[in-house]
Amino acid sequence: MSTKFGDYGGQYVPEALMPAIEELEDAFKRYVLENEDGFMDEFRERLRTFGGRPTPLQYAEQLSERHGTDIYLKREDLLHGGAHKLNNALGQVLLAKYMGKERIVAETGAGQHGTATAMAAAHLDMPCEVYMGRRDINRQRPNVFRMRLNGAEVTPVTTGRGTLKEAISETMRDWATTVERTHYVIGSVVGPHPFPTMVREFQSVISEEARRQVREEAGRLPSAVVACAGGGSNTMGTFAEFVDDEDVGLYAVEAGGSSLEVDEEAGVAPNSASLSTGTEGVLHGARTKLLQDPDGQIVESHSVSSGLDYAGVGPELAHLVDEGRVTPATVDDDDALEGFHRLSQDEGIIPALESAHAVAWLGEATADQLGECVVLNVSGRGDKDLESVVEETESRDLENAPSMDVFAEADADGGSL
Amino acid sequence: MSEAIDAAFGGDPAFVPYLAVGDPDVESSLEYVRALERGGADVIELGLPFSEPIAEGPTIQGAVARALEGGMTVERFFEAVERLRDDIDVPLVCMTYYNLIYQYGGEGADRGPEAFVERAAEAGIDGFVVPDLPAEESGPLRRTCDERDLDLIFIVAPTTRGERLRKLMERTSGYVYVQARLGVTGARADVSDRTAESLDRLAEWDVPKAVGFGISSGEQAREVVAAGADGIIVGSALVDIVAEGTENGDPTEEVAARLEATARELNEGAVAGAAERSQSTTRPERT
Repeated sequence: MSTKFGDYGGQYVPEALMPAIEELEDAFKRYVLENEDGFMDEFRERLRTFGGRPTPLQYAEQLSERHGTDIYLKREDLLHGGAHKLNNALGQVLLAKYMGKERIVAETGAGQHGTATAMAAAHLDMPCEVYMGRRDINRQRPNVFRMRLNGAEVTPVTTGRGTLKEAISETMRDWATTVERTHYVIGSVVGPHPFPTMVREFQSVISEEARRQVREEAGRLPSAVVACAGGGSNTMGTFAEFVDDEDVGLYAVEAGGSSLEVDEEAGVAPNSASLSTGTEGVLHGARTKLLQDPDGQIVESHSVSSGLDYAGVGPELAHLVDEGRVTPATVDDDDALEGFHRLSQDEGIIPALESAHAVAWLGEATADQLGECVVLNVSGRGDKDLESVVEETESRDLENAPSMDVFAEADADGGSL
Repeated sequence: MSEAIDAAFGGDPAFVPYLAVGDPDVESSLEYVRALERGGADVIELGLPFSEPIAEGPTIQGAVARALEGGMTVERFFEAVERLRDDIDVPLVCMTYYNLIYQYGGEGADRGPEAFVERAAEAGIDGFVVPDLPAEESGPLRRTCDERDLDLIFIVAPTTRGERLRKLMERTSGYVYVQARLGVTGARADVSDRTAESLDRLAEWDVPKAVGFGISSGEQAREVVAAGADGIIVGSALVDIVAEGTENGDPTEEVAARLEATARELNEGAVAGAAERSQSTTRPERT
């Protein structure tokens, strides 16, 4: 089994982890690819009964009218936990169980992967520890509550800017210490082989369903498939079964943040657009496209959406972009917030800020890119983002933002009573 | 392979200390490296700070953060090595992560280890330890080191067995870095009892075995060498001295004196361990 996608991928990890990675590759081949001991049957059954699969593909009437093309939403926000993350977390925790591991560790950025892993670990009765950057803990409080409620330990990571990059590094350190009995449930299509392939395999259920559903509902394959891209797990999951359909355009929408320029002096990229602006390098076990300075130091990324806030991206996506099969695009913070409000108002779906990037891109795409039939992955729901959206919206001048004055009015009334 | 490193393992057990260059600034860290040489270092591992040091514990993460905040760059590292070469002779090993080696001097298809290794050789580096480069990905760097007679030192973990062990031992040169316990770098009160087991697994390989991860006292150095190590690698215990001195605002020469004293203690412990081993009849001599 190849460890690489073109020149990307590989296994750049400390030797202490290599035996565990070899063991994982072996287990992945036997249980996942060959369905040994009925692993895949059990996985699919649990996805159905515990996860609520299949998720619907919904025709979006208002959005279709607005953009003058047929738009279908793949509703991963309706998966248990409120995001696509459970597909992978459930698969990996179950695999860990088949492998005889006794403990789960995971990193999380927005908290969606941590939440999904905590749910899967509780469901399958495994102890679970989640590393989360301190900044993200403050940005994503509801998800911290959920992880704690499911019995997971949440350990704050205080190094660097305290976001996903630092959380991954810290989880790798834990794993290097406890590797003999612990499995690291990585949350995206990143890290050393076999993680990028394995996570894509677990997430590809999104495109398996979507491809079948769009043919049933629209009677055709889509002209364009759109997904947001941070590390890229919903992206690869949404694209996987369409990659061989050459006439289907694949669009990966990255966080443009506040600017696409890198401030080298400060070591900060005010965006998370690794596919669009990154250069080739090695981070967290894989060669991929990265946000880095000329020396190769990784710069801090930024996005209003913590789930996209990462300086790297899955190696397979980097390869598909180089091959011209996937087209990267960016949407900045302001437009993503407008996309958030748009989907909430037009369709009655409050999306995750991550998914809002994909929604916003519809307004920036050319008619030629969209074609006549678009499948857009709503990777998660926005409940976790409500506080930060209200805060971020107040500080900007957004065309379609609802007024939140009602609180001030209620406060004033309350005071007079 | 580097003759200097070979010679460093020729006599008494080798004492191999680590410090991050630029922690807390270049001038002080050069003074600290000189102090380690006076304290009896046989090889010195110089850390070139990388922003994502995934194999390091909190102590060395702290050193890396201080150095990067102090403005450390790859070019300043090489300039620092050049200055060290004016006054010290011990072999210098560059310890860093692969991305910095891979990026140096290249863009697009030019990326690769060649330019970095060439510049390092010119500056006076004798070898490399790259914690995130397992045997599988080491081909280009191994070849480049061979072309310039530089060493590439691999880390053998407590989990390394069988075929993996063979692959690593065939690729390592200079010495092999025997990781005493699982986990990340950091000083510990006890040296793992897995050390002796690890050394036993390596017994048939005729390459010097230097044990690291957790050694912080002369007593531990003695134990490890008595268990069969040809050298000891000490990082976090020394970086702790730098961190404390920096935090307290102590003068550089005072911190340097503390480092020199600790280096002596560690070195003497290693020598005592070797004496113990040569008296012991339970362990066969390494050939």
